[in-house]
Amino acid sequence: MSSTIIWTVAVITVLGLLLALVLYLVAKKFKVEEDPRIDEVEKVMPGANCGGCGFAGCRAFAEAAVKAPNLDNNYCPVGGNDTMAKVAAILGYEVQAKAPMVAVVRCNGTCEARPKVNEYDGFASCYVKSLLYTGDTGCAFGCLGCGDCVSACQFGALSMNPETGLPMVDQEKCTACGACVKACPKQVIELRPMGPRGMRMFVSCINKDKGPVAKKACASACIGCGICAKTCTHDAITVEGNIAYIDPAKCKLCRECEAMCPTGAIHGVNFPKPLDKDAIKERIKVRQQKAKEAAEGNTPAVAEKKADANGVAAADVSASAKKIADATADTSATAKKIADATADTSATAKKIANATAEAKVKEDKKDE
Amino acid sequence: MSKLLVSPSPHIHSKDSTKSLMRDVIIALLPAVICSFVFYGWREILVMAVSVASCVLLEWAITKYMLKKPSTVGDLSAVITGILLAMNVPYTTPWWVIVIGSVVAIGVAKMTFGGIGQNIWNPALVGRVFLLVSFPTYMTTWSQPQGLFGADAVTGATPLGAIQEGLMQGATVQDIMAEHGYNYGQMLFANLGGSAGEVCALALLAGFVFLCARKVIKPWITLSIFATVALVSLVFWGINPARFTDPLFNLLTGGLVLGACFMATDYVTSPMSVWGGVVFGVGIGLLTVLIRYFGSYPEGVSFAILIMNSVVPLINMGFKQKKFGRK
Amino acid sequence: MSKHTFSIGGVHPHDNKISRECAIQPLPLAPSVYISVAQHIGAPSVPVVAVGDKVKVGQVVAEPGGFVGAFIHSSVSGTVKSIAPRADLAGRMATHIEIAVEGDEWLEGIDTSDTLVTAIPEDAKAIVDKIRLGGVVGLGGATFPTHVKLSPPPGSKCERVIINGCECEPYLTSDFRTLLEKGEQVVVGAALLQKAMGGVPCTIAIEENKPEAIAHIKDVIAKLGYSGIEVMVMKMMYPQGGEKQLIDAVMHRQVGSGALPISVGAVVQNVATALAVYDAVQKNKPIVDNSVTVTGECFPKQANLLVRVGTPLRYIVDYLGGVPENAVKIISGGPMMGRAVANLDAATVKGTGALLFLTEEQTKRAPESHCIRCGKCADACPMGLEPFLLNKLSQAKDTEALEANAAQDCIECGCCLYSCPAHIPLLDHIRVGKGFVMSAIRARAAAAKAAAEAAKAAADAKK
Repeated sequence: MSSTIIWTVAVITVLGLLLALVLYLVAKKFKVEEDPRIDEVEKVMPGANCGGCGFAGCRAFAEAAVKAPNLDNNYCPVGGNDTMAKVAAILGYEVQAKAPMVAVVRCNGTCEARPKVNEYDGFASCYVKSLLYTGDTGCAFGCLGCGDCVSACQFGALSMNPETGLPMVDQEKCTACGACVKACPKQVIELRPMGPRGMRMFVSCINKDKGPVAKKACASACIGCGICAKTCTHDAITVEGNIAYIDPAKCKLCRECEAMCPTGAIHGVNFPKPLDKDAIKERIKVRQQKAKEAAEGNTPAVAEKKADANGVAAADVSASAKKIADATADTSATAKKIADATADTSATAKKIANATAEAKVKEDKKDE
Repeated sequence: MSKLLVSPSPHIHSKDSTKSLMRDVIIALLPAVICSFVFYGWREILVMAVSVASCVLLEWAITKYMLKKPSTVGDLSAVITGILLAMNVPYTTPWWVIVIGSVVAIGVAKMTFGGIGQNIWNPALVGRVFLLVSFPTYMTTWSQPQGLFGADAVTGATPLGAIQEGLMQGATVQDIMAEHGYNYGQMLFANLGGSAGEVCALALLAGFVFLCARKVIKPWITLSIFATVALVSLVFWGINPARFTDPLFNLLTGGLVLGACFMATDYVTSPMSVWGGVVFGVGIGLLTVLIRYFGSYPEGVSFAILIMNSVVPLINMGFKQKKFGRK
Repeated sequence: MSKHTFSIGGVHPHDNKISRECAIQPLPLAPSVYISVAQHIGAPSVPVVAVGDKVKVGQVVAEPGGFVGAFIHSSVSGTVKSIAPRADLAGRMATHIEIAVEGDEWLEGIDTSDTLVTAIPEDAKAIVDKIRLGGVVGLGGATFPTHVKLSPPPGSKCERVIINGCECEPYLTSDFRTLLEKGEQVVVGAALLQKAMGGVPCTIAIEENKPEAIAHIKDVIAKLGYSGIEVMVMKMMYPQGGEKQLIDAVMHRQVGSGALPISVGAVVQNVATALAVYDAVQKNKPIVDNSVTVTGECFPKQANLLVRVGTPLRYIVDYLGGVPENAVKIISGGPMMGRAVANLDAATVKGTGALLFLTEEQTKRAPESHCIRCGKCADACPMGLEPFLLNKLSQAKDTEALEANAAQDCIECGCCLYSCPAHIPLLDHIRVGKGFVMSAIRARAAAAKAAAEAAKAAADAKK
């Protein structure tokens, strides 16, 4: 009995050693020589293999980073500055710190604001739905609500809010890998800088329809009225194609646009205090009045006339009248912009047509 | 009209659903179930009830408490597994053995792989083979059919078992057949020892014709099994009729008809294309005859089907429908 | 009587031709029509009228935007009110020309009489040109400009013209009624197409469920005495009216993947297109109207209507008594390949062949369950594909495998989803997968072209 046990142990030990030797030799023979730094870089990567950097995975990124002469074009959004600092230390490169980004849903067409006009009965996928038609609400631009972004997110940062029917971003979990941006067939999601202490402003709508059309489809649509752009003292807001856009680089987070937006399409998040609309409106009013007075100071004749006619109480009225006039001017400016843009587009189209014609001529020649 | 429904085409659907297909299979099994009731009495119905109940309950419990998914019991596939398992065991099998069989069939062979559509092997057959290997006493103690209100059951061997036993003792096939008084009419219409599924070939064939007529299954798998079994046993029988049983005997005995009509044609575990099905059937036929002639078990249909189940993915890869306009 | 059908797959839905007894009746003119400039495959047409212009019926309002394009004519007489974006039936914006209807004055030169003109012009080129000027597009659903189809690329030769009178989609009866009521015109149209393609033989394919039409067309052919036109009786099978399937059924030739019918010597035109060809060539009448089947079990008034192009769908529905209470889905086209209407204010286009009303019970999709590997989808697929496999590959976004398994060959006939007992939205996924493959193919072609151009530029530079 005991001899059996001894034999068994002995045989297995010898077999194990032999096989280990074979494995060792094979590993030695087939070893691929690689830059050892690739392994080092890969070690400090987050290991999510999300593809947010533009490469197939963390290993591919490490290979590319080691090969590249600098780190200008290689940035891991998931690891952020900390990871990139480590990578830079390993490779001896310099790396520029980037502002942390976060995904932002640019649609606030909740179930109430944007009532459904028909019922979708196909496979619950935004992509399938977008192939079929413009969606089950009156808005042809906004979120389709099937959650392609949620399933694209590897970090669990997105979830559908059952009340609004819109996706929500958990900014703690969001790594700004951009998977949701790619997954959304409507380009509703944008990556924007996180902002100081997470405070940021954005226009939560991408409806390019004209004001009345957009408003009819969705109560909280951006109607492209331009009030925000006019209010903004930092030149951060542009209105193009019936849609306002806040440039995060210029925005000073004063929240004036948010207070003035007639539809509530502009969102400010993570501010310590709730928005005091009246206070801000009062502030704007005072400022505009001062500006007006300053302007009127230059043209005393007009001011006098008005003051004579209507007294002090009318000053407010004329101020608002001026505002409206300004707004109109703005709108027409916008209209002109659009016209220009159209002209631009047609010019581009013409260029393309020319290019195609040229290419065709070339081809024909080739045939000859 | 409130809100218009919008969906991608097509906008209509055939009346088929998983449930309706499974219901058709159950209807097709009914003649055989009734026959077995007539031959074996209430005991057989009890076996079937235990088997079906345990299969359905088990599937329900697993989906609800372990997988935490919506229950798939409604599609009736567990009912079929239960009936087929019951038809594969002797009516004398104790209830707890049947429950163990269901646990293996549903719990191991079906749900482990992810439930309906995912399993590699036919669940009922896996359950049956498990019982055959684990409880050979219960599983090979066959009783002669005694009729609905018959007297005490007489223990005896199935025709295939009797032949194998006889051959081992050196008798010729003809002697054994004569000794037991087997005749083909009896085999076709029933009344030979065996499980419920072996009792009445005609009832099973009626169910098979029904399924084909309803276009639930395609006949090619079944027909190729029959053809192969007939051809291969014809060759062996032609060589040595004293050692090998004849083709008709092979076709009508054992679980061949049940296996070929209801087990091999299971959607999940059979190839999809016509030619794949033929290859599958030929494989089953060949293996069945070889196991019967040369194996240590008298019956080989279950093993043959399970072995061929394993190669179905390969067959599916090899035999595809010709694509339109392509070579 | 031998019956023909295609060789792979197919399904057999109940044909439900409940409006087959309804003769084609003209729909009264709507107050305004909205004519889309993008109602055919190819480049959108370019409007040539301005707001305020007076137009007559048959007057050109938009010209082709490219070689694959079509003339668009005013379907009514009146004043152009606006040229502006308007939502189509899927809610997508497209430029529409709005014309307020004033009277019904036709353009001079259009023969509106019922006289049958049977003399076939000698010049094939002139026939094709008249078809082009008539704005004729394929009315079987694809709306591919007909004159392009009739101008085969050099090196290919047409051997047979097939007139598609299968109408294999359930419910639709407009082609059947056209065959019955305007059989003479259709046959003359067929003869014109024959002539345009160089006098090749012509087959009019009609499914066996339309025996009256078969008998009538046979009579007409005998009466008119054109040579080389025959009627072929087809077995009932969906999708027999699919171009590739029909060629397979009639000529026993299979069009290869990505190839055109002309590659096997076939030109297929729908019955309604043949009628439009007759109108355009013999009567100078462009496409200004088409027959639309309005049907459905829940719809009280079945009808086959002659509808002017650009009529709002809501106007047609209201004319027949409005949308029934229990209808939940309106389909433009047949139930297998038609498009669900999301916007009832959309206007009809040349290709609008039917409005079908379905109840919740008939059309609501059942919840998806597990694939049981029954293979019914693969049996049904007329292209010999494996929908169950493509479904999985598409969800895995495996473009390479999708292409290897011929996802791009899918004709989106819907047989797979129709027959799936587990109600898996196979076609939804396969369309997505097909999209992946098509964009990969296009990207490859673009890359190849760019590479060729670069090589050429390099060669030029060397010189």
